Parts: sequence; C-alpha cells; structure tokens
Amino acid sequence: MARVVVDVMPKPEILDPQGQAVANALPRLGFDGITAVRQGKHFELEVADDVDDATLAKIAETFLANPVIEDWTVRRVEA
Amino acid sequence: MRVGVITFPGTLDDVDAQRAVRYADGEPVPLWHGDHDLKGVDAVIVPGGFSYGDYLRCGAIARFAPVMQEVIEAANKGMPVLGICNGFQILAEAHLLPGALTRNHKLHFVCRDQWLSVENNTTAWTTRYDAKAEILIPLKSGEGGYQADEDTLKELEDDNRVVFRYVGENPNGSRNNIAGITNARGNVVGLMPHPEHAIDALTGPTDDGLGMFLSLLDTVVKA
Repeated sequence: MARVVVDVMPKPEILDPQGQAVANALPRLGFDGITAVRQGKHFELEVADDVDDATLAKIAETFLANPVIEDWTVRRVEA
Repeated sequence: MRVGVITFPGTLDDVDAQRAVRYADGEPVPLWHGDHDLKGVDAVIVPGGFSYGDYLRCGAIARFAPVMQEVIEAANKGMPVLGICNGFQILAEAHLLPGALTRNHKLHFVCRDQWLSVENNTTAWTTRYDAKAEILIPLKSGEGGYQADEDTLKELEDDNRVVFRYVGENPNGSRNNIAGITNARGNVVGLMPHPEHAIDALTGPTDDGLGMFLSLLDTVVKA
C-alpha cells in the first residue's frame, strides 16, 4: 500500500471568493503581511501497489478535479 | 408527452418539476438515480436540489449515477434535456454543457425573484418566448457563478448559445451575466433559476416559467 496525495486548486484565472474571504479576514484578526490566499482541496488516497500513475491521473482529472476550473497534482508520499 | 424527472438522494425540486410537466399537459415519469433505463420518455428534466449532499463538487457524483449514463446517451442522440440549478451543475459536470458553476462571488446564498432576458428562443425549451422577452422567476443557489474559458465564452456568444441572461445586477458573478446556456444542437438546456417554481401566479412570482414546459410540448409534438 502506498499513500497518494492529490491536491486540487482553483485555476489562477478563476475567481476564488473563499480564498479572498480568508485573505480579508486575516488583517482583522491581527495577522499582517498575507497578501493573497487561494483555497483548494487535499485528498489522501491509500492505494494498492499495482495502481499505476496513469490510473491515478485519470482519477484526479475525471473525478477529484473539474479541469474546467481546477488544476490538480498527484504525488506518492511515504505512508 | 412523457417527461422523465430524475430524483437523486438530496434532490429537492423534483415534485415541482413534475407539477410543471402536468401544467403543460404532459405526464411526468419519476426516474430514480439508480435506474438503468429511461422508461421510454420523450424528454428528461434534471431538477434542482443538493444531489449527494453537494459532496466533492455540486453535481460531480450525480454525473456518474446509472440513470445519467442513459441521459447522456439520449441527449447525444437529440432527446430534449433540461437541467435546473443543481441539474445545470450536473449537466456541466457530465460535459453535456460547457463550463462550470462556481461559488457565488459574494459567497452568500442568493434567494430572490430574478429578471432574466430570453436570449435564444430557438432551443427545444424556449420556443414559446418572444425574442428578448424578459421573465421573472426565482433564483436560489449558492454556487451559480457561471465560469468558462475565453474560447468557450466566445463560442457560446458567437453561436447564440446563451439562452438566458441576468437582467440588472449580476447575482452571482457569472461571466457575461449568463444564467442559462444550450448545447450546439439546442436540445440540452441548463439554467440556474427555477422556471418550475413560476408556473402559476398563486404559488410563484409569475407564470413566466411555464413557457419552458409548453415549449417542450411543441418540440415533442413536432418530433
């Protein structure tokens, strides 16, 4: 078994109102110096050893992310 | 006219959609998300709500439901399909319509009666409207911001595939004030506002939404 992490982020050109709301809240909470926040999703998959990279890419592209509005990355990490 | 109305776990507006079909002298046929056939219907409505709790993304899981595989196949052969609100999100996730619906730009859930202009009255669902007619129907959504890349927007505009546009202040940050679009063939339409809630002045702001279901009647009778 391996752990696979899929990160999904809104594309740079897509408005991210949730990230903006977080960014706008930080100065109110006394945290200065944060100029921008983008909010995405982080998936951790427990994956059998015979699942290849192409399959993982397909899972990310067709299901975990919507490529119209989101970019994604897949990486294998130490469990 | 037999019109299938799909119910997913979390669908809310299937009953109103069925009622709208009856108002247009059609017979509503309930379809369940796990169904593997469309029961011989002439058209399908994918209604609003929160299918599968909006988990992952709105419509992302519903798009893989067994009944949707049948809808995708039928739509690609020309069957009229209407997606309302969550139904529009599902049709976009299913790639029957381009683009995606995203969180409203001001983050608030918007619930109000909304003026729309009818930009295309040649689709399977809009022939009863006059060109550039303005209609008032409810809008109630938290993720109704229509997004698409520049090439897709240009294609939609150039090919007259924007079906409805918001009139007045943009309620959710949709690109080009887009409230509803159609596919190249004009049989699949998706919109965020709710025509099925505006079919009788007794229970809605107007009966402006009824035209969509009467348009379908014309389309089916003609076919």
